[in-house]
Amino acid sequence: MKVLRSTLVWPLVALVVLLVFNAVASPGFFHVEWKDGRLFGTVVDVFNQGARVPMLLALGMTLVIATGGVDLSVGSIMAVSGAVAAMQVNAGAPMVQAVGAGLGLATLLGLVNGLLIARVGLQPIIATLVMMVAGRGLAMLLTGSQMVPFANRSLTWLANGSVGGLPVPVVLVLGLAVVTGWVLRRTAAGLFIEATGDNEKASRLAGIQTGGVRLAVYGFSGFCAGLSGVLEAANISAADPARIGDTRELDAIFAVVAGGTALTGGRFSLAGSVVGALLLQTLTLTLYNQNVAPAVAPVPKAVVILAVCLLHSPRLRARFGKRTQPVAA
Amino acid sequence: MNRIFASRLLPLMATGLVLVALFAAAGAGYENFLSARVVLNLFKDRAFLGVVAVGMTFVILSGGIDLSVGAVMAFTTVFLAKVIGTMGWSAPVAMLAAVGIGVGFGMFQGWVIHFFRIPAFLVTLAGMFLARGMAFVVSPRSVEIRSAFYDDLGERGVPLGEGLLLTVGPLVYLVVVAAGMVVAHGTRFGRNVYALGGNEASAALMGLPVGATRVGVYALCGGCAALGGVISTLALSSGDPTRGTGLELDAIAAAVIGGTVLTGGRGWVFGTFLGVLILGTIKTILDFDGSLDPAWLRIASGGLLLGFILLQKLIARQSVS
Repeated sequence: MKVLRSTLVWPLVALVVLLVFNAVASPGFFHVEWKDGRLFGTVVDVFNQGARVPMLLALGMTLVIATGGVDLSVGSIMAVSGAVAAMQVNAGAPMVQAVGAGLGLATLLGLVNGLLIARVGLQPIIATLVMMVAGRGLAMLLTGSQMVPFANRSLTWLANGSVGGLPVPVVLVLGLAVVTGWVLRRTAAGLFIEATGDNEKASRLAGIQTGGVRLAVYGFSGFCAGLSGVLEAANISAADPARIGDTRELDAIFAVVAGGTALTGGRFSLAGSVVGALLLQTLTLTLYNQNVAPAVAPVPKAVVILAVCLLHSPRLRARFGKRTQPVAA
Repeated sequence: MNRIFASRLLPLMATGLVLVALFAAAGAGYENFLSARVVLNLFKDRAFLGVVAVGMTFVILSGGIDLSVGAVMAFTTVFLAKVIGTMGWSAPVAMLAAVGIGVGFGMFQGWVIHFFRIPAFLVTLAGMFLARGMAFVVSPRSVEIRSAFYDDLGERGVPLGEGLLLTVGPLVYLVVVAAGMVVAHGTRFGRNVYALGGNEASAALMGLPVGATRVGVYALCGGCAALGGVISTLALSSGDPTRGTGLELDAIAAAVIGGTVLTGGRGWVFGTFLGVLILGTIKTILDFDGSLDPAWLRIASGGLLLGFILLQKLIARQSVS
């Protein structure tokens, strides 16, 4: 059974189970209608909200985790870029410039993470922990800890508009995922990332610029977080420096791990992370539909993530024999 | 020999120096800063963080990390509010039960980390979700604790003269720090923790109980987090499911600023004590000033944390060459 060995199978199975549950428990879950030139429906919402934060963050996080690292600062970087974009449009800047400024600063913060890790030699968890604390501080400082409301239709369109009937974030993020996956798999870049995560020393000796690879993935993660922060702010036409992206790094890690990318690095699946993000968003929505208070929702999420990790754990794999071993690449 | 000794203690001395410099600068900049009352308030205000940070120090010394402490503390506070307020348990029993839950939760995390070989940060991240969510299950909002025992305990303490009272919270904090120092440096368990953090394979080859030590370390940390929650209810007379958000970062920062190396195996409980005081002093300065944006607290903690890690790197590089 070759199919069963694919890492994509289990998240897909979980997603289907959840969807079937929803189809039974809440009638109209799959109801989609065409109104005012765009699609509406619960499933569309899942894609839209899933794309805006977990999927976008998971894109960057997947590559970071593939190099054997982790990025805890994405939530704070979201807050920074959202705040910068909001303040820019309030200062009269056009939408493109505002978004560019937010993305630019976010990428820069990601690169600082990368520098601290690749050049200074800090552990990823520590460097990004520092950025998580300092980045949130930066966002609060920029805004004076105040919410920044704005009225800019083109910025709001980024989160609430539609292209060809589909919400803009869905088009944007799925497009980014496809392009990223295509670039990584069609060039040697994906291989370099996996090699760095698998064995950094051997990769370096083989001539791979592992420092550059690390720098790039953290920069990319910052960029993704920045875009996500801009979309979050655009969605409600306001940037809340304290709330945007709060604990979202956990969602991103959840999506990546559930999607079958091992935390030990050396292997990644962007498609898996996309499915993982959809799984997370569906789970969130299911809990909401079942009247579970949003604050309590982390409990089932934690249970699922632990269960996934246990399935991945070497100890359980050894016990159940070779059947669940991953295929040698 | 003398030089090696000096360089080993260098981070600790640097921490002490920073603390003294911060205090001196604040004393020069603000009137009435250098007073017993300010220092006492700092201890009162940061007692819960101090206790949690001691547990975190042991986890980091063993080469692990525990991100669930803030959530465990929050759970403890609402648990206490619930069982004392609504269910009518006696306060001391409830406190014991709360600490017991913390220890049990930590043991479970340690067991999962050790037995299934899942990274500690991931297990405790899930633990953080779990504990925070359970806190909201117990009570979705802040609950006041009304109890004669609490009122009584609030008035007790060690008189320090000038009408100052060392209340139970800071007293427990000091006791925990002292106990932590004894356990770390004077017991078999403490030596096992250092050995485990230094090199797990060597520790196992030497026949040290690696599994039991790891489970014990997380149990200790869970217990400290719960005790921190108990102290926080003493200070605020309420339980709140949102309390302790970001506490894990402060606790890690305190340990690292105090010279504990994040890869494990090296560090001091006393250093963590100093680290907590440094973070507390920064907060006190911000409170004192009033005109400074509270966001600076985060930026300053982040910057300090980074600075001390870089210092450790520098020392490690020197001692190798």
